[in-house]
Amino acid sequence: MRKLIMLVLCALATGCGKEPPPQKSGDDAAFEKALQQQFLDAKPGTVIDIPPGKHALQRVLTLRANGVTVRGAGSDKSVLSFKNQISGPEGMLVYGNDFVIEHLAIEDSKGDGLKINDGTNVTVRDVRVEWTAGPSKDNGAYGIYPVKCKNVLVEDSASIGARDAGIYVGQSQNVVVRRNRAEKNVAGIEIENSIRADVYENTATDNTGGILVFNMPDLTQHGEHARVFKNKVFANNLGNFAAKGTAVASVPAGSGIIVTSNPKVEIFDNDIADNRTANIIVASYFITNFADKKPTEGYDPYPKSIYIHDNRFTGGGDAPDGLDWKALKVSMFGIGGHFPDVLWDGYVDTKSLVDGQYPAEQRICVKNGDVEVLDVDGPNKFANPKVMKDEFHCELPPLAAAELKAP
Amino acid sequence: MATSRALLRFLPASLALTLLVGCAQAPQPVHYFAEGKPEKLGDWHLIEARDGKLVTNSGVVPYDLAMPLFSDYAHKFRTVWMPKGTAAKYDAEGAMDFPVGTVLTKTFFYPLPAGASRNDKAVARTYDTTRDFAAGTAAEALDLARLRLIETRVLVRREHGWDAIPYVWNAAQTEAELARTGDAIPLELVDDKQAKEAFTYVVPNENQCASCHDTHVQAKRIEPIGPRARHLNRDYAYASGTENQLDHWAKLGYLSGAPAAAQAPRDADWHDAKAPIADRARAYLDVNCSMCHSPTGPANTTALDLRSANDDLRRLGVCKPPVAAGRGTGDRLLDIVPGKPDDSILIYRITSHEPGVMMPELGRSTTHHEGVELIREWIASMPGNCDA
Repeated sequence: MRKLIMLVLCALATGCGKEPPPQKSGDDAAFEKALQQQFLDAKPGTVIDIPPGKHALQRVLTLRANGVTVRGAGSDKSVLSFKNQISGPEGMLVYGNDFVIEHLAIEDSKGDGLKINDGTNVTVRDVRVEWTAGPSKDNGAYGIYPVKCKNVLVEDSASIGARDAGIYVGQSQNVVVRRNRAEKNVAGIEIENSIRADVYENTATDNTGGILVFNMPDLTQHGEHARVFKNKVFANNLGNFAAKGTAVASVPAGSGIIVTSNPKVEIFDNDIADNRTANIIVASYFITNFADKKPTEGYDPYPKSIYIHDNRFTGGGDAPDGLDWKALKVSMFGIGGHFPDVLWDGYVDTKSLVDGQYPAEQRICVKNGDVEVLDVDGPNKFANPKVMKDEFHCELPPLAAAELKAP
Repeated sequence: MATSRALLRFLPASLALTLLVGCAQAPQPVHYFAEGKPEKLGDWHLIEARDGKLVTNSGVVPYDLAMPLFSDYAHKFRTVWMPKGTAAKYDAEGAMDFPVGTVLTKTFFYPLPAGASRNDKAVARTYDTTRDFAAGTAAEALDLARLRLIETRVLVRREHGWDAIPYVWNAAQTEAELARTGDAIPLELVDDKQAKEAFTYVVPNENQCASCHDTHVQAKRIEPIGPRARHLNRDYAYASGTENQLDHWAKLGYLSGAPAAAQAPRDADWHDAKAPIADRARAYLDVNCSMCHSPTGPANTTALDLRSANDDLRRLGVCKPPVAAGRGTGDRLLDIVPGKPDDSILIYRITSHEPGVMMPELGRSTTHHEGVELIREWIASMPGNCDA
């Protein structure tokens, strides 16, 4: 009211006419200040509403309270734009339990879009994180990034343009990632060093790699137990635009689903198509381009207990990324041929072998109709690659579903 | 004994100064706010702009650190105050265990370049602190005629823990106002040779304060970062004479359980060219990085531990691949490559001042050239390689 009176007085007074009308940037500044204040004042039960519109922000939104909900009017309506960000580097940074974020978009943050650190009971729903210029070296690393969290649900969301992973769940436990869309990222969806993750009914397309399950050395926990099912993983052939030195810089363009060094992974009932290096890659830590080849104690660099079954494959493997892979493809399958649907790097943990094989529960099993496996013979630099089928014909017991435990 | 210590604490230089200039009004005592966020810094009665000086109230003791955090070349004036009869418990490694009621302040300011007025954007880029202090006060009061106050951050120890409260100084330099959402101030650094660098000085908001001061991410426990034995263990020019800060605090009754300063840990002075390069570099990394990069800090997701106390080379970053660096790698493969600073991600990130690349993530908009040189020299001097 007081503001209104001031405006009226100003309109009447001659001197006020020299004042330019409030500019958009002024509105944005006022909006940002008010929004920042809400993030500072938030306490359990607080709902922070993001109104429809595109709101330009200069500074990361940092939340430290538990039990907060941030809610917009829709991921195409309520947009937080960090194009002119001066402080961050994330768009939103959350340290809190019982956190819900839904129905909004975060665009063009300098660093990660939405990072949630050390939270228990985290829900991300209908959130779009996007770098609007498309794949670019200037884009932030991760789109939706819960790390060291427990009970994580990411659903009906989208990540577009991340220079590392679009939806990246790291060092977490009890994870459900479902019905999301990942496009134009280096890695579409990545589950890293996480325990008990279900990834289903997602669409990953036009990334460098569609869905990755990774285990890295040195981190706070080793990952195991991931189920990847009922996803659509097609045409992930985007040129790798990751920064060198990052783990995903070693992902060849044209990768559908990749498992690296992660034990207990079940991949089933997916539609996987037209990923031109390979529809599925199973690899050890050694095939990656990491400069460091001496992982630390307690870390198992070999993928074990991997079960691939009942997926539907179409196309793919016909134009692998990188000279080595191209040459291998042409020499084995001809110019018009293609790799089998599953590539395996061929590294074996000889210490775990019993009578020349892994114990039954540690094997890599492929029970998927006619699907064959190409052992690329990584240890001998592709010297003796061979196509195999029977060697991988086995079954593993199904993995239990991930459960989001109640608070 | 306790009484005499307490009395000693309340015989400060600023009170004497007040009497000298003949101010009739007795200054109000320090006000500890057990809760809430006072609108003005002056409400606390800790420090005050008066008669061309920034002066401390009775019992408010200035201190300094051997290795300060880099903040866009700002100079810093720090103070500590504790309620009567209380003392911090000495801790050899972590922050001192301060009693409830403790109030720390840190005032960020810049000397003005020669000929510049305070209304310009121009501020001096200099390590010379000799002109910061008012004549005759040793290092106990700032000379406001020659500098520009930017902000004062208050850290207050309350029943539930520490709270961080930012204040920004007004244009008249008479008072600092509460700025919970922070601020962005356009400034221009001017060095001795008149080279200029424009930048935006970013005052953090309250939650950003916690992003650095929350050194225990799971406990969400905010703590002071600077006042640790290894950084406090040095001389300060008090009005009563120059003295080691740990000894001075103990004498005032502000510190209990402390050994003699000679027995306390002491980090290298990073400006001291005679100190071993590794000691200076590690002190630098400890202060500028380890609030996040420690086993308990928010960056423990990355397995990089830059505390002085860490002696695991790989966790220090030597031959270690990055974890979540994104474009922060600058296309380099490893955090630190011995002998090769230009191949080391660490150098790339501390040199950058671009959000998303730079480290630390917060607290600066410019490059700390001298800090980068120090770390470069250290990496260049490291033996070995990462080829194995």
